[in-house]
Amino acid sequence: MTGAYAVRDSATMLRRNLLHLRRYPGLSLFPLLMPVVFLLLFVYVFGGTLGNGLEVGGGRDAYVEFVTPGMLMFAIAGAANIVAISVAMDMTKGIIARFKTMRIWRPSVLAGHVLGNLVLTALSLVVLMAVALAIGYRPTAGLVEWLAVVGLLLLVAIALTWLAVALGLLAKSVETASNTPMFLFLLPFLGSGFVPTESMPAGLRWFADNQPFTPITDTLRDLLGHEHVGGAGIAAIAWCLAIAAASFAWARYLYDRRPAR
Amino acid sequence: MRCAPRASSPDRAAPTSAAITAVGVRKAFGDNVVLDGIDLTVAEGSVFALLGPNGSGKTTTVNILATLLAADAGEVRVAGHDVAREADAVRDAIGLTGQFSAVDDLLTGRENLRLMADLQHLARPDAEERIVELLARFELADAADRTVSTYSGGMRRRLDLAMTLIGDPQIIFLDEPTTGLDPRSRRTMWQIVRGLVSDGTTVFLTTQYLEEADQLADRVAILDGGRLVAQGAPAELKERVPGGHIELVFADRGAHDAAAGILQATARDEESLALQVATDGNVATVRHVLRELDQAGVEVESLSIHTPDLDDVFLALTGRPATSDPEPEVGSA
Repeated sequence: MTGAYAVRDSATMLRRNLLHLRRYPGLSLFPLLMPVVFLLLFVYVFGGTLGNGLEVGGGRDAYVEFVTPGMLMFAIAGAANIVAISVAMDMTKGIIARFKTMRIWRPSVLAGHVLGNLVLTALSLVVLMAVALAIGYRPTAGLVEWLAVVGLLLLVAIALTWLAVALGLLAKSVETASNTPMFLFLLPFLGSGFVPTESMPAGLRWFADNQPFTPITDTLRDLLGHEHVGGAGIAAIAWCLAIAAASFAWARYLYDRRPAR
Repeated sequence: MRCAPRASSPDRAAPTSAAITAVGVRKAFGDNVVLDGIDLTVAEGSVFALLGPNGSGKTTTVNILATLLAADAGEVRVAGHDVAREADAVRDAIGLTGQFSAVDDLLTGRENLRLMADLQHLARPDAEERIVELLARFELADAADRTVSTYSGGMRRRLDLAMTLIGDPQIIFLDEPTTGLDPRSRRTMWQIVRGLVSDGTTVFLTTQYLEEADQLADRVAILDGGRLVAQGAPAELKERVPGGHIELVFADRGAHDAAAGILQATARDEESLALQVATDGNVATVRHVLRELDQAGVEVESLSIHTPDLDDVFLALTGRPATSDPEPEVGSA
């Protein structure tokens, strides 16, 4: 069975993907810079007004506290978009046919993309958090809460990355692959990422309250703000596990089915 | 003379076990029937060439044999294992160099080989030794630490093949290994393939170049419209087709006219002062022709023997010439 080689082959493929990130930096710069630009835009352009809506006289300071957890989700979605493109590009290459004729753990090609993207996502989140702290974000989380934040972010990144890998495999062209994961960018907006869902009209609010990004963002916000995490925490983990498992199975199916060129 | 036909077919004289057997293989994509019942056997340690024009189903055949694609019907065994039920065991025994360059452009030559070595689960010290050896053997040592995107077409093909060889496969599939290569790189590739065979590797190659099949293969199968229209050693296939002749070229018009009076020429070229005489290619006929000219005191400037080539075979079997791809440069002058 090739399953015995799962770890070894995935590590080999991770090395391949890390070399790709280094040799082709154009694609990796986007998820590193874009969330920072959006953070600055939202805090300095909209933040004054939006912050006053959160609490009277809250202004920019209140808004940076509110928006940073949402922006973390936005950053993860941005990196996921990149992995969909790189998977779609990879699938047009002859080397995939070679991998498919080798006795290796079959999903290792995809696992390499996922692991490589997790490294990129981690970098992007560190940069984003550093900028947020520099412009006045003051999380009050303790050590355990920080560990929980890191754990949850990792779980979210794994789930969204596998989903994006499946979308990249599904795409018939690289152009399509760069468009299909766009809805992931929208979900933080159509949830509790940028404004409280209570401020939305009824129909939209129902959607916002019930889509996966909302419990995840709320949990991050509670952990970072040193508040009690309620049922949202369980919903967040359940959503992540469900998306990860379904996407992994879907990606494997698509990879097997897709003819190699 | 266009080329020297290979000696007899060793696989017929001394039957060895089969590296590849396929029986009744069919494959359709929607309504488009690509393979319509293919039967073939490839002896261990031989070179088998699947010859056919573009779109005849060559790549589909390779993809089925190499576990990339499932056949709709038929049974295929490679290295003693069923490709459908024991794909992993087949994969352990084979190496594929596909039609589309299967190298990683963003990695260096050495990194590509190391990637393959790790995926073959070779031990590191052995792998490094093998990588250095392959880089030297394929004349890539100087370029080993440059990214592959800077490589020429010939270098990419050689790296591609080196990557296939790193796990010492028993059976190698080469899908159009020389398409798009310049004549020199093509010649190098041929030498490499011959080297593989002398190591005991079985080679299954596809080509649209008749010359290439003739040069390399012990057995040739001609694929046309999803069916094998002929199979055999190149020499056997050529025997089926008449058309061998000797061509004589004379120094001056006088000798040309005199010779035309003596010999039963089948073709006469006034411009190049050449005559063609039909022959079955045996030595006695040639000797007879030369003796007749000698006795009449006619000087021959040059003589060449033309056996029918696979071009003639293809035309005879399919009723149309092979594809119009540029002919590879011919071996001997």
